[in-house]
Amino acid sequence: MPSIYQLKRVDFIFKDEKDWKEILKNSLNRPANELINELISSELKGRGGAGFPTGLKWKLTAEEEEHTKYVICNADEGEPGTFKDREILSKVPLKVLTSMAVCGHVIRSNMGYIYLRGEYFFLQPELKKSIKEFEDYCREINFDFSIRIFMGSGAYICGEETALFESMEGKRGEPRNKPPFPSTYGYMGKPTVINNVETLAHTYTIFEYGAKRFYDLGVQYSRGSKLFSVSGDTPKPGIYELELGMSLDDFVDEFGDGDTKAVQVGGASGFLVPRKRFGETAIGFQGKLTGISLPTGGSMMLFNSSRSMYNVLDNYLEFFREESCGQCTPCRVGCQQLLNGIKAVKRGEKNAQYLDKLLRLTETMQYTAKCGLGQSVANSFSSIVENFREEMIY
Amino acid sequence: MYPVTELIKNLADQHGRERRNLLPILQGVVEQEKYLSEYSMIEIARVLDLPASEVYGTATFYSFLEYKKMGKYIIRVCKTITCSMKGKNQIIKTIEDMLKINVGETTPDGNFSLLQTNCLGFCHKAPAMLINYEVFTDLTPERVREILTNYINKKGKEE
Repeated sequence: MPSIYQLKRVDFIFKDEKDWKEILKNSLNRPANELINELISSELKGRGGAGFPTGLKWKLTAEEEEHTKYVICNADEGEPGTFKDREILSKVPLKVLTSMAVCGHVIRSNMGYIYLRGEYFFLQPELKKSIKEFEDYCREINFDFSIRIFMGSGAYICGEETALFESMEGKRGEPRNKPPFPSTYGYMGKPTVINNVETLAHTYTIFEYGAKRFYDLGVQYSRGSKLFSVSGDTPKPGIYELELGMSLDDFVDEFGDGDTKAVQVGGASGFLVPRKRFGETAIGFQGKLTGISLPTGGSMMLFNSSRSMYNVLDNYLEFFREESCGQCTPCRVGCQQLLNGIKAVKRGEKNAQYLDKLLRLTETMQYTAKCGLGQSVANSFSSIVENFREEMIY
Repeated sequence: MYPVTELIKNLADQHGRERRNLLPILQGVVEQEKYLSEYSMIEIARVLDLPASEVYGTATFYSFLEYKKMGKYIIRVCKTITCSMKGKNQIIKTIEDMLKINVGETTPDGNFSLLQTNCLGFCHKAPAMLINYEVFTDLTPERVREILTNYINKKGKEE
């Protein structure tokens, strides 16, 4: 029986970028306000995972009076199960660069940075060539904008925007308190627009085809398409651009191996959805399941019945324990205690009720941790422990 | 190859001597030396006019800025969930057997170090590893043996 929702493949992001010069020139000729309104009416939300409205971000930064402002492209893609940004930067880099320059025009900034994760060092030579081509053209049309690459050095937390600024300032990548937000106090204390790679690729689409083409895709509160990084127990792992709003059922029909037990939506900091919930789960910003945790963005990991959910959780917690910046106690100590705790339950040193204590600990972390890392550990922990409790114990 | 003092001076000339240039300078030293010695960190602190503790604190935060002596080729095998499900342990075992070292160790000739790392972003081609900055994906024990043999031969030719 055909289902009501359909999985709709879309092809905007990786469509060729040959018209970039024209799009750049046309956009630079439009007033900032018009461009901002175009983005706002498209209802594009940040594709890094937090889902902040992109148009509003540009607007707030444009309104700041400061003379020096920055445009930063966040390419510190580190969420387990996410690998789309690398693909964008290697296949259509000029789209990203064009959007950065248009953003520079909108907020009146002439300096852009790409914060590239250390693991993607090998992208640099090609990316530098594209930047050179791009900057040459900017000079040709008398538009003052330059772009530099800033390399990360292997720290997941630097994908958190304020930790990223700290890192660029030559410090430990420790998140700052918010507010102030980047639109008023970003890199070097200056107003900064920081966008995920994919977000910038979407803004290019919007400048190319207009807001309506984008808005017409997706469902209410979750407009447009999104790249999904599909991995795990699937016969066709890879990167797919899909319309937002699909049900997880349809997703699993398409990508599952026929024996899918659970899907992790949004990476280690996202949620695990067990088979019985596939039907009631939609993928988009409103449907609780993606976009609320900070560093996620389209990671879909499938697990079949041969996988132990205990091992999955153990692996996530080890990841968080290592990647926690260690600055705030709930996250630093919490991640250690959660990992020790599930190991102790598994070995039989603690009884099953101890899991409830650990669940309360994740709740505390959710309220008290300083940034999205510590706050979102609760997502995967509670969704795994609540749905696969017996696997944690026996 | 420059002596490290000269390298640090050159890097500071190239990037600038402000605090915000610290990371590129640390990365430059690691690229040549493979690690940050205490001497390098103190020297960087002197050149940038920072407390050495600040340089140490920053350097030790980042997993790719090693502060222990490392081999010429640093092998980093991804251990995050998908790679782990798709046979990461077998890959590690193959490398350990071939190089006669354990995870975290360096071969006595100083050529290879073996480490595990968090998600490399190649989950769709798991398991994956980095050797210095080069990525290898869809690994099998056979492929790993082939890759390492190439590196060992390459090393032999250079000498």
